[in-house]
Amino acid sequence: MKSLGSIRRSFAPWNDPEAKPYISFERVTKRFGDFTAVNDLSLDIYEREFFALLGASGCGKSTLLRMLAGFEEPTSGRILLEGQDLRGIPPYRRPVNMMFQSYALFPHMTVEANIAFGLKQDGMSKADIASRVAEMLKLVKLEQFAKRKPHQLSGGQRQRVALARSVAKRPKVLLLDEPLGALDKKLREETQFELMDLQQELGLTFVVVTHDQEEAMTMADRIAIMDKGQVMQVATPAEVYEAPSSRFVADFVGNVNMLEGTIAERSDNAATITGASGARIRVENAGEAIEGSTVAFAIRPEKIKVSSKPPAEGATNVMEGEIWDLAYLGDMTVYHVKLSDGQVVKASALNSARTMDDPLSWHDRAWISFAPDAGVVLTR
Amino acid sequence: MGSQLVSAIANRAVILVPYLWLFIFFLVPFGIVLKISLSQTAIAMPPYLPVFGFGDGVSGFIANLRELSFDNYLWLLDDALYFNAYVSSVVIAGVSTFFALLIGYPMAYGMARAPESMRPLLLMLVILPFWTSFLIRVYAWIGILKPEGLLNQFLLWVGVIDTPLQIMNTNTAIYIGIVYSYLPFMVLPLYATLEKMDFSLIEAAQDLGCPPTTAFWKITFPLSLPGVVAGCLLVFIPAIGEFVIPDLLGGSQTLMIGKTLWNEFFSNRDWPVASAVAIVLLLILVVPMMFFQRAQARAQEQGR
Repeated sequence: MKSLGSIRRSFAPWNDPEAKPYISFERVTKRFGDFTAVNDLSLDIYEREFFALLGASGCGKSTLLRMLAGFEEPTSGRILLEGQDLRGIPPYRRPVNMMFQSYALFPHMTVEANIAFGLKQDGMSKADIASRVAEMLKLVKLEQFAKRKPHQLSGGQRQRVALARSVAKRPKVLLLDEPLGALDKKLREETQFELMDLQQELGLTFVVVTHDQEEAMTMADRIAIMDKGQVMQVATPAEVYEAPSSRFVADFVGNVNMLEGTIAERSDNAATITGASGARIRVENAGEAIEGSTVAFAIRPEKIKVSSKPPAEGATNVMEGEIWDLAYLGDMTVYHVKLSDGQVVKASALNSARTMDDPLSWHDRAWISFAPDAGVVLTR
Repeated sequence: MGSQLVSAIANRAVILVPYLWLFIFFLVPFGIVLKISLSQTAIAMPPYLPVFGFGDGVSGFIANLRELSFDNYLWLLDDALYFNAYVSSVVIAGVSTFFALLIGYPMAYGMARAPESMRPLLLMLVILPFWTSFLIRVYAWIGILKPEGLLNQFLLWVGVIDTPLQIMNTNTAIYIGIVYSYLPFMVLPLYATLEKMDFSLIEAAQDLGCPPTTAFWKITFPLSLPGVVAGCLLVFIPAIGEFVIPDLLGGSQTLMIGKTLWNEFFSNRDWPVASAVAIVLLLILVVPMMFFQRAQARAQEQGR
């Protein structure tokens, strides 16, 4: 992945007020009978972005993609591509291509014919089609499979044919509906990086729909987390993970401890939260939570330190409890610590030293502690 | 060991049942018809010679065998009536099959694309006519097609025509009768293939720049070909030997092999010629099908 880091770091058009969005959903609603699949949703996607729509099944992410492809029309609102309203433009005239979840390869055609299919529709010359097909086959490393039929390929090979077919026309936007869903775990991880390289190489805008948060975190520049037809948060993977905007997002992405409480006192940004049982949590940044309001303090397990002895003087947010459960995962250990108020807090520790003796065991006394900036205060 | 032997015998026996069935109810009657087709007519009971008997002995059997000949087949070649009847049957069956496909395909397509909850009802409607006797349904068409029938009355009332159309007792009536009667045999296999088809293939084709009609001819139709072939065979094969429909709806000038066969058998009491007609009909149907199947098997092997 040549120089991906440096390009990516500087790539943030969403922070640039001058940048024009490439794709805009403007107050889009889609209803199927009584069911509202997409509810008054607005969203901007920028050119060359690798954008992920993440959500559980039925959250409306696939409907959003299908509206972009032209298979569904919004009930209200509009979708713009490069400033052009897409309403009324049929799928076969839209400059977007889709890679289907089922791959939808034409079973009666060879790999070659599948890839050439869209090019033929455009009336490209035979020589141009042949060279483009060869180029695509090379891109997905399937040169020796050109004459095979889809049923003679493995799942991973089919996925690559589907990919080659959908990028062969050089669409302005490539839509990917659960592109790795049908692959096994190992292949999926490899393919994630291949997709990222491909996007860099072709300089296309990718919109991917997935329910797999790891997949979205790995590949996407930005992630839109969806629930019940609405976008809950749009942000970079790091922001989504470290600064979720709501309880839903914090809970949906990764593991989290959600400690409910009220803001007891607040000075500038810092605040103290009192838990239901009287535990006090000092936080550095309470955001917009006002004094007396009910909030959730969300903290990731890896940000909590667990120790068998009381932490040294000066440690903040120390709580005492008992090791309730413990899971050794090899690279790390997950502890469930039951606090004196009965709440169970998850904490994980990286096993950086090569030892098989964990000082902590079931029902041991344990202390947890975390820094004032280790978690976020959520009002929603 | 013993139990293994028993189970081996039992396995053979299970396979034997269908073969025995085919032997008794297909091969033996076929042999009898074949033998009669090689005999000579006689004013006797049964109306042909020689008649093989169990009391003939070996020499009698051989003498009887010597009497068999291909005279009846030569006779079929001699008289243009038979040739014309075969050709006309193939043409009528072919045209009817074509129209059945033309009407049946959109029906099957519509059924396959209908909401899933509707499909059993639509299937039911296709099968429903089978609950009435075939004969009664064909008779009903007489009531519709005859000069003073429902169709003519309706057209006169609407004012499209001012003299009744002569449809009854023409080839048109036969086409209508055959297409109507055999339409379900076209629709059902087509429905089965179309229903199985992944609709996302059409979406993919559209996504790649195909307008819906192009997508139909490039994706849907090629993929439904097995259903098209099955449906066409299911209509063409029985239609070619059809007797009831041409007899009831067709005119005196209509020539179809089923009717010719009936005449030979019942009017002329010429069993040997009738049998020869039947055997030739069988060959006309079986030989192209064998070629077709071999071609299909080869295509499948290549695809693999």
